[in-house]
Amino acid sequence: MAIERAFDEIWGSSASREGRPEFTALADWISSTPPAELDRRQQAAEAAFRQLGITFAVYGEEESAERIIPFDIVPRIFTKTEWADLSEGLVQRVEAINAFLADVYGPRKILKDKVVPEELILGNPQFRPMLDGAKPPHGIFAHICGIDLVRTGPGEFWVLEDNARTPSGVSYMLENREAMLRLCPELFEMFPVQPIDSYPDSLLETLQSVAPRPAGKPVCVLLTPGHFNSAFYEHSFLADSMGIELVEAADLEVDDDMVWMRTIEGRVKVDVIYRRIDDDYIDPLVFKPDSLLGVPGLIAAYMAGNVALVNAPGTGIADDKAIYSYMPEIVKYYSGGEAKLPNVETYRCREPQALKYTLDNLDKLVVKLVDGSGGYGMLVGPTATKAQIEEFRAALLKEPQRYIAQPTLALSTVPTLTESGVAPRHVDFRPFVLSGSKGVTITPGGLTRVALREGSLVVNSSQGGGTKDSLILAGDA
Amino acid sequence: MLSRTAGSLYWIGRYVERAEFTARLIEATIRLDALSPRPAGQGAWDSALLVAAADYDFGLTSETRSPLNISRYLTLSASNPSSIRSCLDAARSNAKSVRTALSRDAWEAINRAWLNLRGRATTGGNQSTLGIVEAIRAETRGFEGALHRMLRNEAYAFISLGAAIERADNTARLIDVKYHLLLPDGEKVGGPIDRDQWTTILHAVSANTAYRWLYSEGLKPWLVAELLSLRKEMPRSLAASSEEVVTHLNAIGKRTGLQSEADRLARMRQSAIERTSIDTIFNHGLHEWLSGFIYENARIHQAIGAQFRFG
Repeated sequence: MAIERAFDEIWGSSASREGRPEFTALADWISSTPPAELDRRQQAAEAAFRQLGITFAVYGEEESAERIIPFDIVPRIFTKTEWADLSEGLVQRVEAINAFLADVYGPRKILKDKVVPEELILGNPQFRPMLDGAKPPHGIFAHICGIDLVRTGPGEFWVLEDNARTPSGVSYMLENREAMLRLCPELFEMFPVQPIDSYPDSLLETLQSVAPRPAGKPVCVLLTPGHFNSAFYEHSFLADSMGIELVEAADLEVDDDMVWMRTIEGRVKVDVIYRRIDDDYIDPLVFKPDSLLGVPGLIAAYMAGNVALVNAPGTGIADDKAIYSYMPEIVKYYSGGEAKLPNVETYRCREPQALKYTLDNLDKLVVKLVDGSGGYGMLVGPTATKAQIEEFRAALLKEPQRYIAQPTLALSTVPTLTESGVAPRHVDFRPFVLSGSKGVTITPGGLTRVALREGSLVVNSSQGGGTKDSLILAGDA
Repeated sequence: MLSRTAGSLYWIGRYVERAEFTARLIEATIRLDALSPRPAGQGAWDSALLVAAADYDFGLTSETRSPLNISRYLTLSASNPSSIRSCLDAARSNAKSVRTALSRDAWEAINRAWLNLRGRATTGGNQSTLGIVEAIRAETRGFEGALHRMLRNEAYAFISLGAAIERADNTARLIDVKYHLLLPDGEKVGGPIDRDQWTTILHAVSANTAYRWLYSEGLKPWLVAELLSLRKEMPRSLAASSEEVVTHLNAIGKRTGLQSEADRLARMRQSAIERTSIDTIFNHGLHEWLSGFIYENARIHQAIGAQFRFG
């Protein structure tokens, strides 16, 4: 089992569970707090989440089937040094992503220099030809990135995915911390933890900093598809904590390439839209014409430079799984140095050799649809049935360009409260990186997602994953 | 404030108020049913349907008109848009979409009331129905409490405005239906059944004690009608609700600089009520007067929607 070998964030690699020396205090806390007590606190946290309505809707289930994401009371911890290294790598990566987007929708130097194959960009469904030549205010495309990281050992972090469209989960980062402060205050006496509650302020500053014409106080709004959307809680939470309007498409109108919102006092001009609606639905005049979620004329207003869209439309080309495999080259091309955060080794099934290797090793690999998300359209070789493997073999042979494959990593584990006491469970980690006109900000924290089933590597909330608080230490105490 | 937000807040006010009123109505009807001569007070439940404006729709369900079926229809039915469940569903759905305009307490009160009713399929007998409606009343009181601790801004004003419009409508229908439809053939005005029914009206709006305080006489139908129509001290009266509508529209007007048709209609109604006495109403015909009031209330409701572009 992979579990035996996996590096544990708290207990370290040893079978004796003595713990990493940095975190012995936490290992002691886990072993000295009775599971029943941990269980009680965990249930109190989940009851509070339920009452606050921190829920998400699962597509395909009834509207009333709102679930809370299971919360685990045992946190993960990063040392100050680990975090400093990660931050450097994240800044480098996100700056490269923004440079790449400006290039792809601009001069296309990287294609001319043949670092990334031209047809992979221009023929990609995530590339938006109608946005060719777009110059978003201050040149920033991906204002908010949620970079998914996994870890396989001390100092061994890998980027799994660059979420550069509308990454979600930051409300859980903040609410999980609130719950931990209330339910496990002793942990914060034990460790000097860096606060994360400045995130909404940083986000608002980022939004204001990219207003097209920074005169007076720019009007920023958050655009949501509405309260049936699975991430609606987060949309309202963020709008609330920033003190900006939470708008739906029907609240906005475009007139003479300006965006206005309808209020009881008349129309108010909007400068910055933090949109949580996908490109495809944002403007029926440009994208899906039958969508009611969008604002007609919004893209024209954006192209005219009258409104900032956060994230800018078209950023999907940067986090596309087919582009991902080129990210080390992309980072090097724009930053001039090696990527500080490595990619997971990736086989592009569009390439014949990679396809052959993938087909020969399906039982060892994770195969993903390049345009899949949420844990759908994915094969985890080592735990898959024969039938599932054969199903993917057929699909790969039919449309190889739609897939990539990666080795199954021995993802690190974190002690987690399970039905049979505290036991290791695999995790990943999504920090949130903000890019404004004044630079890049990373709040010291992120969302740790945990696969609650023993041995499982799938952490997505839609697949039954849970979350944990992620503590970033202020000193290496 | 966004027009859509204002509209949702207004409807939250209406729906929570309607849920509470329906809960009170059911409670009062169970009481009247118990007091009525056997066979059980069918008339009590029929008139509850009429007060809730659900008589026609209940007829479409092809269920028998038993007390249990009617009380379930008014409490839990998903097909009755005015049942307590439907009101709470709608209130919560609106509250969810405008959460940012509500205080955390106000949202939690609505969410909790909604959670309590979720998953209930039957009310059980009268005893458990009483338990449910009592819980609903406690939750809506909690919402009102939370509301009063909110900032006195437009959000507060729009919720209160919705509640006042809804309350005016409910009280008017309550007086009208009870006054005209309850007394069985052969029963005398002022007889025991008549008295029970008027007590029930007072009970439905928690005004028994208020009545004793304001009137030293025994129960007199025209005095009950006066209390609920014209006495401003009585918070559910038509006069008090009308005044409240004017107050909240004023508050919104002061903050937004916008006053229009809704303000004009609301003020006209208020001054008309102030000039009216219960004798005039009875000379004119109580039913006609109440129908006029209900119509005027609906006009003000529409004017509010147009004025603030609820859309």
